[in-house]
Amino acid sequence: MRDWPAKTAATREEGRTQVQADYAIIGGGIVGLSVAWGLLRIGRTVIVLDGDDGSFRASRGNFGLIWVQSKGLKQPAYARWTQGSAALWQGFAAELSDGTGADLSLRQDGGYDFYLDEAALEARVAQYAALREALGGEYPFEVLGNNALRREEPEVGPRVAGAILHHQDGHVNPLRLLRSLALDVRRRGGQVLTGQSVADVDGVAEGLRVRCASGQVVTAGRVVLCAGLGAMDLGPRLGFLAPVRPQRGQVLVTEKLPPLMHRPSATIRQVDEGGIQIGASAEEVGLDDRVTIPTVAKIAAEAVAVMPRLAQAQMVRSWGALRIMSPDGLPIYQHSPTLPGVSLVTCHSGITLAAAHALLLPRWLEGADDAPDLGMFGEARFVS
Amino acid sequence: MMRRILGCSGRPVLFRDLSPDAPRVRVTLDGQVLHLPAGANLAAALLGAGITTFRMTPVSGASRGPFCMMGACFDCLIGVEGVTRQACMMQVSDGMVLTRPLGKGGA
Amino acid sequence: MRAVDLIVIGAGPAGMAAAVEAAGAGLSVAMLDEQAAPGGQIYRAVTGAGAGRGDVLGKDYLHGASLVEAMSALGVSPLCRAVVWNIAPDAEGITVTYSQDGRAAQVRAARLVLATGALERPVPIPGWTLPGVMTAGAGQILLKASGVVAQRAVLAGSGPLLYLLAVQMVRAGQPPLALVETQGAGDMWRALPHLARGLRGWRTLAKGVALLAQLRRAGVRRITGAGDLVVEGDAHAAALRFTVGGQVRRIACDTVLLHQGVVPNTQISRALRMEHDWRAGQHAFTPRLDAWGESTVPGVFVAGDGAGIAGAAAAEQAGRLAGLQVAHQLGRIDAAAREARARGPAARLAAERALRPFLEVAYPPAPQVLSPADTTIICRCEEVTAGQVRGWAKLGCMGPNQTKAFGRVGMGPCQGRFCGLSVTALLAQAHGMTPEAVGAYRVRPPYKPVTLGELASLDAGETP
Repeated sequence: MRDWPAKTAATREEGRTQVQADYAIIGGGIVGLSVAWGLLRIGRTVIVLDGDDGSFRASRGNFGLIWVQSKGLKQPAYARWTQGSAALWQGFAAELSDGTGADLSLRQDGGYDFYLDEAALEARVAQYAALREALGGEYPFEVLGNNALRREEPEVGPRVAGAILHHQDGHVNPLRLLRSLALDVRRRGGQVLTGQSVADVDGVAEGLRVRCASGQVVTAGRVVLCAGLGAMDLGPRLGFLAPVRPQRGQVLVTEKLPPLMHRPSATIRQVDEGGIQIGASAEEVGLDDRVTIPTVAKIAAEAVAVMPRLAQAQMVRSWGALRIMSPDGLPIYQHSPTLPGVSLVTCHSGITLAAAHALLLPRWLEGADDAPDLGMFGEARFVS
Repeated sequence: MMRRILGCSGRPVLFRDLSPDAPRVRVTLDGQVLHLPAGANLAAALLGAGITTFRMTPVSGASRGPFCMMGACFDCLIGVEGVTRQACMMQVSDGMVLTRPLGKGGA
Repeated sequence: MRAVDLIVIGAGPAGMAAAVEAAGAGLSVAMLDEQAAPGGQIYRAVTGAGAGRGDVLGKDYLHGASLVEAMSALGVSPLCRAVVWNIAPDAEGITVTYSQDGRAAQVRAARLVLATGALERPVPIPGWTLPGVMTAGAGQILLKASGVVAQRAVLAGSGPLLYLLAVQMVRAGQPPLALVETQGAGDMWRALPHLARGLRGWRTLAKGVALLAQLRRAGVRRITGAGDLVVEGDAHAAALRFTVGGQVRRIACDTVLLHQGVVPNTQISRALRMEHDWRAGQHAFTPRLDAWGESTVPGVFVAGDGAGIAGAAAAEQAGRLAGLQVAHQLGRIDAAAREARARGPAARLAAERALRPFLEVAYPPAPQVLSPADTTIICRCEEVTAGQVRGWAKLGCMGPNQTKAFGRVGMGPCQGRFCGLSVTALLAQAHGMTPEAVGAYRVRPPYKPVTLGELASLDAGETP
């Protein structure tokens, strides 16, 4: 393993030594590191180019769900891809833990979607039933009325009409996942160059040359763009449409509390350290990750309506994070039409899809025979 | 070396109250009755009553007590009527029900 | 929502002086403070319990009462026990959200003066999280506000506050067991060339000398040049161990009061995303301000120690300047009147600030707290050690927001108030970067925890 390049961040001189690898991954968040980890696992050499402390980083602001329900209501292929990743998660987590010794606090015992409104619950159940049909029955959910729900979760209050319990849902400690990936990518021989902002990528005799604003140059056989919102600027220059936009989600977290709930919900979950995490809004406000009081007040009011005891809990932190959204909310997996060897990987469910990105996506990047069919996630769907 | 003064609870008092004649009110800490100066700063009053450990941390279960006394460090957290509060930012009132956060897996 | 011309946060010398100037010029002022009474930490409880302890606390302390009186004469009555947890500037004004007695409320103004003062510099040494270990500031607050004094206490660290506190404890009849100082004689010699010219500089020096003489007369043991401080004890402080002159010494005690100087409380200025600069002399960040104290967030001023440590007298003058500028900006006084009234405060402020370089060099933070040992806890809330942060630096964390994500450092209820500077320092050392390049935690609301019930009460669309 190479030593961490301590001076990369501090020096900005031109003409640094070139580094070479099979793959250069642009972006060192959960998505980039999952892909890097998967490529290292099959024996490829990998360099990850990561940004700095000020970069917008969905990887440190996300909610930590491994979530199947509500995904792919209009596109069963997305539901299937999500289910596939959820199913791979146990093995992925175990392998990562073997390498790092870190427990990711993975729990996949199902998850809830709480409803205060009976009609809204019924409407969603009808959608799920249709999706179950489209998936050939592979969509294990059940509906719990208030009484049944309170037997499972005694802290749920009387105003909750019911919940959908989906048995493929779960959650994980997303920050420990980030740290474990960062550690294991290095342990497996990956090089991570930090403080880098990629200026351009072009084809040269040896392959693809990635030039950074710092003067750092990386040459690689293939390049994967996993830069989250960074793809808005860089993507089009590499031949992609990259029609992603930021969508703000605000999340708040309480003081550490004794166990109050058994399973996570889409909006309330107790993290393994004890805090209750509550979110999340969906706001179209551009590159603004600030917290606003009307929104967190609304989030708090909804949480208190679901679990009245939370009214007494102290909120210790809140944050805004920017999701990376495509026009239809689905991931984009696309090889560049203009720059052979460059691929775009972007999604707003980097945690849920981490296992698929680590274990399946490398096959697609390699063009292997057993590669997953990701055709419906290409950019062709955005061209009318 | 200073002589230790024993407090009403019988435990050694590590802090001396310079105005011991202030009127007292009854509060409970984990069920134990304490008579603290009415209106006094809660953290100071507890220290004056010989209580130096206010809680166990939720991370490792370590003992903690007041550190900054100005509302910045959050080490003097204590349950007041079921809500976690900074003791150094509260005033003693009659009948207060205090609970020590028990930390890891407890509370 | 209540609306005023000016909101002042913090009822210490800077805040009170700003309120006095602004109210004197005819502005409506709302003042919010977390404590039970105005005064700030320096004049804490000066109109209450502390007033009767002038014999113990000294005449500099009693000066605070005159500021409180001036303020109430102008009809400004501070909202006490008001904990500010969000500030939102917009194009037309600034909305401040706070909690008072368990209820959330909001107030709005055209201008804001932040006068949130200083915090004790974090003192990450082994054992500093044990019950029985407190800051020297805490020891003094106990004396001022509550008339409670630590018995069998050792004072340890660096800075003139230790002398003042030791003398106050002597006067209270409870002298500390010892005063263990981390600075050495060499620091004082290096500092002397920085002594402010004229009488003022010598007066500062003389004050310290006089305090030390009182301690000598009271028989308080004083040790200087101490290093490798460790608080021993299992569940409570039992002794302070340190090395001096190559020898290990140990003083058994019940209380350790630590001090390594104070640093600006930049929690709110960071949350408002003001520009900050690193002040090497103070080993701390300060918000970037113009001569009147206005920050890079238009309409928001910072006055007092929160803008850079300069002491209570300087804070008062800075508060006056901010108050005058707000009055001018809001059309209550013209530029000529502003200049005329600012002349005195500006001159006194400059003179007070000129004293700082001497104190900064004479009482530097101990190397041990600027670069703690690997096993020392630096984040008290999440119990994260210096070694863990160094490890995450090697894993690619360039700044404190990444280490936050990697190991929860700074994510506890204190929101990084007592680990922020340590994390920045550790990352700067690890990467060979300047603290400025490393940066600081992003601070988000709530600035102080608030119950979800209180927060929910602000939801306009709350269903009945």
